[in-house]
Amino acid sequence: MGAWLNEPLTWGSALILFLWSTVFLLIVLGFVTYAIYYERKVIGWMQLRIGPNRVGPFGLLQTVADIFKLLIKEDTIPRRADRLLFIIAPALAFIPSFTVLAVIPYTEKLYFADLNVGLLYYVALSGITTLAMVLGGWASNNKYALLGGMRSAAQMISYEVPLVISIVGVILLSGSLNLRDIVAAQGGGWFWSWNLFPQIIGFIVFYIAAVSELNRTPFDLPEAESELVAGYHVEYSGFRFAFFMLAEYVYVYAIAALTTVLFLGGWHAPAPFLDFVPGIIWFLLKFAFIVFSLFWIRATFPRVRVDQLMSLGWKVLLPVALLNVFLTALYLELFVK
Amino acid sequence: MIRTEELLLNVGPQHPSTHGVFRIVVKLDGEVITEATPVMGYLHRGTEKLAESLNFTQIIPYTDRMDYVSAMTNNYVLVHAVETMMGLEVPLRAEFLRLIVMELQRVASHLVWWGTYLLDIGAMSPFLYAFRDREIIINLFNELCGARLTYNYMRVGGVKWDAPPGWMDKVKDFIPYMEKKLEEYDKLVSGNEIFLARIKGVGQYDAATAIDHGLSGANLRCTGVRWDLRRDEPYSLYSRFEFDVPIGHNGDCYDRYLVRLEEIRQSLRILKQAVEQFPSDGETMGKVPRVIRPPVGETYVRIESPRGEIGCHIVSKGKAEPYRLKFRRPSFVNLQILPKLLVGETMTNLITILGGIDIVVGEVDC
Repeated sequence: MGAWLNEPLTWGSALILFLWSTVFLLIVLGFVTYAIYYERKVIGWMQLRIGPNRVGPFGLLQTVADIFKLLIKEDTIPRRADRLLFIIAPALAFIPSFTVLAVIPYTEKLYFADLNVGLLYYVALSGITTLAMVLGGWASNNKYALLGGMRSAAQMISYEVPLVISIVGVILLSGSLNLRDIVAAQGGGWFWSWNLFPQIIGFIVFYIAAVSELNRTPFDLPEAESELVAGYHVEYSGFRFAFFMLAEYVYVYAIAALTTVLFLGGWHAPAPFLDFVPGIIWFLLKFAFIVFSLFWIRATFPRVRVDQLMSLGWKVLLPVALLNVFLTALYLELFVK
Repeated sequence: MIRTEELLLNVGPQHPSTHGVFRIVVKLDGEVITEATPVMGYLHRGTEKLAESLNFTQIIPYTDRMDYVSAMTNNYVLVHAVETMMGLEVPLRAEFLRLIVMELQRVASHLVWWGTYLLDIGAMSPFLYAFRDREIIINLFNELCGARLTYNYMRVGGVKWDAPPGWMDKVKDFIPYMEKKLEEYDKLVSGNEIFLARIKGVGQYDAATAIDHGLSGANLRCTGVRWDLRRDEPYSLYSRFEFDVPIGHNGDCYDRYLVRLEEIRQSLRILKQAVEQFPSDGETMGKVPRVIRPPVGETYVRIESPRGEIGCHIVSKGKAEPYRLKFRRPSFVNLQILPKLLVGETMTNLITILGGIDIVVGEVDC
């Protein structure tokens, strides 16, 4: 894939890029389908339930059936909703979630865009989805949806900041914003050369802020079903609702991949003698573990309160992230330079 | 200039956290509540009026449907009132069975509360764990009287069914099982930082306020008032058993949580003693006239239900039907403090406080 990107754009290479993107879209949709299945199974087992097991062998087609059901459902728009914004919001939520995936490198060879500001690109685009939640919440003309949308705006502002600052340490260490270079800088031997260990503070802040960005338990305030019924998507039905869900799961994919790339050494094996295993396998293993940990957290924790969320973001995560930047810079100045 | 206005929000009657069809109209300033008005009556079935044209045995199933999470104690308060009026003797075995089912019911009821409360706070798993353990009790009841929720088990003068062979052993096995599970609950939830941050200091009131509002049960005991009718006005066989009445000190949601969990432990303690002392044989029905006609007069009896003090006031004119029947429902009375607690709280705390009071809408609306 990398080879194609560096060639001049011709009709031929444009076609190949288009085909690759389509394949990639299908892979991600497949991921979403089975991430939902995986989540329902994992949480089901944690909660003494069985999870889906009726549609298809072992319930493997359950999500397909669910999506099909959403497709054929009546598409309702509240009478006094702002129709234009109401229709735009789901698409606006979904498009950036997909666009951010372009910069993630899977192996040395397999990546879709070799952007030298890859990390910045990711962070900038992922913020747009929150705009869609606010829009959707506002346009629904529903009070619960409005509260959900407002919460999601406040949450995004509070957690985007520590999220970005927590990865500054990684950028300092590898000296690049390009995600491929960041992974390359973590290579060379054992797992302790991954950013996870030198950047453990950064990792913890990043992880908490990422869970919050994903709007998942314990930070699922915008859709807190026991308080706001369903939050910003309370009025959405059918495929518009599916788009919000899709965006949410694509972000799970994106954040898990990003965590793998930034902190877990991407495609690098944990030990030199394990190098014979293809890099993509290592990537997928680390990736699957991060996804699993997100589900695990969901089955364990209660939800935080909205004011506690704010104080955690501004009073704890932000100073800790700044401290991490300071320590990393100090280390680089004193020992590396 | 930005124009701001208050948001009038209808929470319920179809809201997932109002535990049924309860409704609160709140005025919100941002997310802060400036005024809250509870609206009730969506589940009103006129039980008390209906009872006036039914004889006492026929009223028992109606009491099942009042506090449907704790039907056994409701059964008891009615038959206890009639027995008190008529001065009936209840055989020892029947009284033991009643006490055992009431304490099992208290455990089951608190488990439902524990699970749904955690669900309100946003943790999903505890709900399913609580229902797993409640299921054992429900199965025991099912074996005893053939119903899982509305038991219609007690009768004036005794109980309808004797315990089937082996039933008491199952109760005996359940006690250590539940004690172990309670430790598990504590490990999973009671020390969780997020959980503590959510409920500590929320919905706080002092003992005087609680008494002024007529609160009872865990809602009263969380303020430090040691008042439990099982201990202070022993009915049934409670004077025979040793148990503590747990109290809190701060009167917040966290104390209510701890008091309820401790009550499960104390109920298990009572059960352990009751199962040991259970008479090996005897009647389950006392000598009761064919038609139950309480003498002319009035009686008020009260017992400790899982939600607080449940009372039954019967006015009889010597007929087979009551002239007037009135239930003092703890859910309804405990709810009276809600509007006061909610002002100045956030939308999130509304759910925490409402859940902490532990209402059953069937009982609020009766």
